[in-house]
Amino acid sequence: MSGAAPSAVSQPANFEFTPDNMEKAKKIIAKYPAGKQASALLPLLDLAQRQNDNWLPRAAMDHVAQILEMPPIRVYEVATFYTMYNKEPVGKHLVQLCRTTPCWLRGSDGIQKACENKLGIHAGETTADGLFTLMEVECLGACANAPMVQINDDFYEDLTPESMEAILDALARGEKPKTGSQTGRQTSSPAGGRTSLTDAGEA
Amino acid sequence: MLSDKDRIFTNLYGFKDRTLEGARARGDWNGTADLIAKGAEWIINEVKESGLRGRGGAGFSTGLKWSFMPKNTGRPHYLVINADESEPGTCKDREILRNEPHKLIEGCLIGGFAMQANASYIYVRGEFYHEAMALEKAVEEAYAAGLLGKNAAGSGWDFDIYVHRGAGAYICGEETALLESLEGRKGQPRNKPPFPAQAGLYSCPTTVNNVESVAVVPTILRRGAPWFAGFGRPKNSGTKIFSISGHVNNPCNVEESMSITLRELIEKHAGGVRGGWDNLLGVIPGGSSTPVIPADQCNDLIMDFDALREKGSGLGTAAVIVMDKSTDIIEAIERLSHFYKHESCGQCTPCREGTGWMWRVMRRMVKGNARVEEIDMLFEVTKQVEGHTICALGDAAAWPIQGLIRHFRPEIEARIAKYTRNAGAIAAE
Repeated sequence: MSGAAPSAVSQPANFEFTPDNMEKAKKIIAKYPAGKQASALLPLLDLAQRQNDNWLPRAAMDHVAQILEMPPIRVYEVATFYTMYNKEPVGKHLVQLCRTTPCWLRGSDGIQKACENKLGIHAGETTADGLFTLMEVECLGACANAPMVQINDDFYEDLTPESMEAILDALARGEKPKTGSQTGRQTSSPAGGRTSLTDAGEA
Repeated sequence: MLSDKDRIFTNLYGFKDRTLEGARARGDWNGTADLIAKGAEWIINEVKESGLRGRGGAGFSTGLKWSFMPKNTGRPHYLVINADESEPGTCKDREILRNEPHKLIEGCLIGGFAMQANASYIYVRGEFYHEAMALEKAVEEAYAAGLLGKNAAGSGWDFDIYVHRGAGAYICGEETALLESLEGRKGQPRNKPPFPAQAGLYSCPTTVNNVESVAVVPTILRRGAPWFAGFGRPKNSGTKIFSISGHVNNPCNVEESMSITLRELIEKHAGGVRGGWDNLLGVIPGGSSTPVIPADQCNDLIMDFDALREKGSGLGTAAVIVMDKSTDIIEAIERLSHFYKHESCGQCTPCREGTGWMWRVMRRMVKGNARVEEIDMLFEVTKQVEGHTICALGDAAAWPIQGLIRHFRPEIEARIAKYTRNAGAIAAE
């Protein structure tokens, strides 16, 4: 569970979905049976967060509660239960560093040091220029490509301290570094060459 | 070793075309309507006969689970797919979602028909944003080609699929927590009974299946139950995607025959243990909740449900976490304790309080800042948590610690002795 109190940060007074996002919200709600619109809560909070620089203010929770005809408290308890909702502002690039055993065995400590050295911050902090927030998180489900970090929606895998620093440098320059494996292998195929599915020529 | 012609996930790594066209060229959606025309009873029976056991960890017969769904209830039935892949070590469903989505979609239609469901929700872990988008795209392709919607794939059955993203909570991989989450609530597991087959999503009959369990079904039906049952030992049949992580030369996912030995699996596909087989300290054979197995029991270790159970561990999700002799095994398990503490939903007291308590003791054990008697106390507490909670997260938090104490007690004692000695030396100065 994560539970930063929404009142601890400066909250905008109002939040409304843009017309585009309102259309998206309606499409999302239509996925669920009539009367079961509460099912759209998680996706709508995600949509709101994406509209609001990757964090979810109280006003957005209230807006979603109103759309889904739910008591606001039901929305608050959900927003504080799930780790992906940021209850306070985060940097432009939210760096989530996996610390769980499979990544740790492959050197996540070194990746953490590389992030801390490069950014000059520790886990839970944001750089003064607002570009980066560093977070330590639990398993992100890319264990055969460990160590890895997630930055916003993107996974960066098979990291070394050097490649980690290069990614942060590129992001700071406003570039879009290559996502996925940083050693160039295809998804989770063995780095030493395929041991199965070797008929590459076929469909 | 399994040969390529017997592999189900022929695009596991995404080297080939991931679109509907590519999937069709590999055999997906071939004669789907004919399979459905054989009827629900035939489908469920074939799945039973194939010996397929759930690929999400529990290992329950998929066909039997399907047969528990009530018939002709007059209410909506649902097939919910658990794509909330979050068990540390496990990263196989991710590859199905992004590289083989049509196997899952076709499996949903067939399984949905067999259980009289006209709709399926696929719950994808929130962090898998791009995977969910890939799946969404494949679902759109399927609708455009008439494979979903009214008279799906010309089968006469109406079927819809909706992709639903989670928002970061391991517990939502527990099937009733997943349903709670899908209904827009905190992911806190429900008491059972009632089981989802009686009252699941929106209190309607529901089956929750793992991605891999459903994605293999179309191929099983096309090639026949005996073909699938021909791999692995009896009651452990089929092919299986293994996720191999940790101290191997080439970590990877690979589809292999069930009951392959650990050594063959690691040496054939993962380039061997770092520093050689003799450098192995132990493995966590089936994702983080399965107890560690020390190297001296690994030589002929068979990777299937029953063999690993006999060793006091489990196949789980077949996520093999390999640790070589450089590993601080106490910290390796302490990090798992931290994981479970973080992921406890807080509903049941033994888990909410116990996971934190166990982690704090484990943290001291890493330093050696403990008394030897506390090892037994810790073991006893794991037994107090295990089996005393609504869902299996409490068990999952207890088992890794139990495995550590069972097999690596001398390391814990040595750590304590060293710390005590150093503390004594400092005190004497």
